[in-house]
Amino acid sequence: MKLSLTVNGEQRVIDDVDAGESLLTVLRDSLGLTGTKNACEQGECGSCSVYLDDGLVCSCLVLAGQAEGAEVVTVEGLAARGELDPVQEAFAQAGAIQCGFCTPGLVMAVHDLLQRVPDPSDGQIREELAGNLCRCTGYQKVISAVRLAAGRTNGHHGY
Amino acid sequence: MVTTVTDRVRGGVGESVVRVDAVPKVTGTFDYASDMRADGMLWGAVLRSPHPYARIRHVDATAAATLPGVHAVLLADDLEGKRTFGLNLDDQPVLADGLVRYHGEPVALVAARTPAIAHEATTLIAVGWEPLCPVTDMEDALRPDAPRLHDFGNVLRHVHITRGHPDEAEADVWVDGYYETGMQDQAPLGPEAGLAVPAEDGGVDLFVATQWLHVDREQIAPCLNLPPEKVRITLAGVGGAFGAREDIHMQIHACLLALRTGRPVKMSFGREESFLGHVHRHPSRIWLRHGATRDGRLVTVDARLLFDGGAYTSSSPAVLGNAATFAAGPYEVPNVRIEGTLVYTNNPPCGAMRGFGAPQVCFAHEAQMDKLAAALHTDPVELRLRHALHTGSVLPTGQVVTGSAPVRELIELCARAPMPDLQPARGRDQLDYPGTTGNVTHGEGVRVGVGYAVGFKNTAFSEGFDDSATARVTLSRSEPTGCLKSAPEASGEAQRPGSGVVAEIRTAAVEMGQGLTTVLTQIARTELGVERVVLHTADTSMGNAGSTSASRQSMMAGGAVQLACRLVRDRLAARARGVAAPGGGPLPEPVELRDGVLAAGGERVADVADLLTEPVAETAVYHHRPTTGFDDAGQGDIHVTFTFAAQRAVVEVDNELGIARVLQVAAAVDAGKVLNPAGFEGQVEGGTAQGLGFALMEELQAENGLVRNPSFTDYLIPTFLDMPPVLTYAVEEPDPHVPYGLKGIGEAPAIVSTAAIVAALRDATGRELNRVPVTPDDLAGLRPPRPTPGPPPVPDVPGQWPVPYYHQRASTQSQLM
Repeated sequence: MKLSLTVNGEQRVIDDVDAGESLLTVLRDSLGLTGTKNACEQGECGSCSVYLDDGLVCSCLVLAGQAEGAEVVTVEGLAARGELDPVQEAFAQAGAIQCGFCTPGLVMAVHDLLQRVPDPSDGQIREELAGNLCRCTGYQKVISAVRLAAGRTNGHHGY
Repeated sequence: MVTTVTDRVRGGVGESVVRVDAVPKVTGTFDYASDMRADGMLWGAVLRSPHPYARIRHVDATAAATLPGVHAVLLADDLEGKRTFGLNLDDQPVLADGLVRYHGEPVALVAARTPAIAHEATTLIAVGWEPLCPVTDMEDALRPDAPRLHDFGNVLRHVHITRGHPDEAEADVWVDGYYETGMQDQAPLGPEAGLAVPAEDGGVDLFVATQWLHVDREQIAPCLNLPPEKVRITLAGVGGAFGAREDIHMQIHACLLALRTGRPVKMSFGREESFLGHVHRHPSRIWLRHGATRDGRLVTVDARLLFDGGAYTSSSPAVLGNAATFAAGPYEVPNVRIEGTLVYTNNPPCGAMRGFGAPQVCFAHEAQMDKLAAALHTDPVELRLRHALHTGSVLPTGQVVTGSAPVRELIELCARAPMPDLQPARGRDQLDYPGTTGNVTHGEGVRVGVGYAVGFKNTAFSEGFDDSATARVTLSRSEPTGCLKSAPEASGEAQRPGSGVVAEIRTAAVEMGQGLTTVLTQIARTELGVERVVLHTADTSMGNAGSTSASRQSMMAGGAVQLACRLVRDRLAARARGVAAPGGGPLPEPVELRDGVLAAGGERVADVADLLTEPVAETAVYHHRPTTGFDDAGQGDIHVTFTFAAQRAVVEVDNELGIARVLQVAAAVDAGKVLNPAGFEGQVEGGTAQGLGFALMEELQAENGLVRNPSFTDYLIPTFLDMPPVLTYAVEEPDPHVPYGLKGIGEAPAIVSTAAIVAALRDATGRELNRVPVTPDDLAGLRPPRPTPGPPPVPDVPGQWPVPYYHQRASTQSQLM
């Protein structure tokens, strides 16, 4: 089937999408946007998180057809103007990255969290991000990154 | 060129620096193995055995081969090269040839236009199975009537260690304990993946996430019937490893398909296949007997270990060697007997996972120390302090601890660490109760527990293995392209010391997320006095750097980079002699490169940039000090050096519901010298998380040999809600004879946290808890402690080396890891 959607502000049309394909495989294999990661492909780890219209989704759980006409923003879209988003900057500065495979999904989840809750408590951070698995960091420095980003963004988020 | 010599080079050893790969990783541009692609690429898929033990009567691949979009189907009969591979022994079939020995063993390969077609084709391969009765219990594997899974039997290795006079040791107080550990999985988030590209010379270029490029090539090339130089391996981005990528997973299969089809072939495991397609942490059964005098002196330890290696050898012999040498704990004990056995079963193959044999025995010996303290009516911290190893202590193997061993300081740091604020039982935020969002308890029956654990781990390979590391360092004025560049700050570079000079590092040492590449740039900055460092992607055109495992690469690859930098310095000093005193003698010591200048005897001689009329390049190989194997009594200088760690865990348990929450972990690590504080903390926090998972939730369940939970829905790893704050402490007592005095710190924190958390759970519940992971049924008392009829008889083996070595089965590496 044919799929039309906007990805990171750009109109894209993909011709040969299988009916059973996920948004994740379209992003990765058809559009080459491999920043969105394929760690579990069953909605357990959050590594494939993207914005679908304004909501954060696990793109592995979204059928490609469900994204018809939608606006999708991936991790590649956050630093589109060549400058790191404050969330990305905070992850780098806080040492919240090790192998980095969970990082794009976590960056998206934190970006989404701070749009909704500009100054989250520790409990809110833990609860809101509990759907994103990280195997390397033990999460402590990710929490530091969230605090750092919350302090820097002052409620302003844009991509 | 003018350089301000008062400026200090930033980002050297000892500073917290931002990772060199941070920006590509946060922007999604870092290329992991599963992100690789090539024009005309096909996708590979594997048909795996649904049985733990079965004969293959026939295979019919006609339907698969004729499916539109399928380019190749390969069976065992199609293999033209060597048919087996393996880390310590080449006993693992590339494709099953008439027999499978575990659930998930590869049987056939498919290359097709899309992943979906490749997968469909695997389902069209008809296999005539004759299921056999599997051996899935490690004690059953030792019985004389058990089916023999390999021609020499089911015992892979038995290690025997005797020190002092264990049979005559007189003690007043004895404590016996039996302990079990389950099968933990590394569960790296990045799936096993790679891309094999056939080359015009008949060889193949492989891009893969692995832990040791050169040992991969050693195993791959014979199976392709190619000389090693025609198998060129480049490291692709590694999404975590923790031991899971030490063994071959998709490398040989993708190369076979690429060579057969003449097209690039990509393979990328899904999560279920990842769980089935890599080795795991060995399940274990451990029997310990500790004897002490009435006044609290530990006089003897008797240990019997049984480890389940699963179907094939992998790195099991070395895991067992480690477990045996650490079985008495980081304590001085005059009389010790350790009997360690590792058997084959039809369970999934086990091999390397962070800690490599140490977490299992740490769980057991630390439980024993608490039991012994209770029997002696003494404080468990005091008992540990009294027996803690120190420099000069003698281990059960007779090895003398010659490096730093600040075990007492580590324990004391944990004991002195601030306790978490304990909240009242009622009226909390739901997230602050055990079970958190599960909303299961409101404080009824919640009790606090505190527990301690101490453990240790060898750095680098042991038992006589010379696992050297090679690095090449170039210093020049030119700017290379296409590499990972690293500078502490981008701005104001023109005025920085050493500006205009760039150092390049070439090493095949693998970065898998732990932070090695960042540390190597720090070493180069400190040694060369320049800020701009460029890292080239690791590949097999470079010298062998050994494995990224055994906590070894900061010491080994770091040591090689340091040596290469010093050779570069010497070359520049030779050039500077001509400048400073033409025809004169050597420069006054010390000759140093710092902050962009070459200095001698504390005086500036020349700007480094001015000396670089030609680039300078040097290659160095770092060797650790030699070690030995075990003699007949298990004595020997087995390990290179040790890293010690201690932790205190504070937990809360709802004793009625059996639900636990870890409130805080205080983690002290014997770091020698911390090279990058941010990276050090990250390793300690992350290692603690994996230990917490092993204590409370992580177990790959193999029921009668069938893996029951190969998904993140059913194999649970800690989340943000499970991890408590970790207080991290480093003891920096430099290890002599190691670069910067550093210790490898990747594993030690992961070893002790399981034991510390379970000790705290025992304190909170009063229950024995002799098996990990601990379940709610264990905590609530619904499941009794695991029973044992006592240890099985010690097997009759020809000697201390792995049994197959005595049956003319030479190892692929010829020596143990």
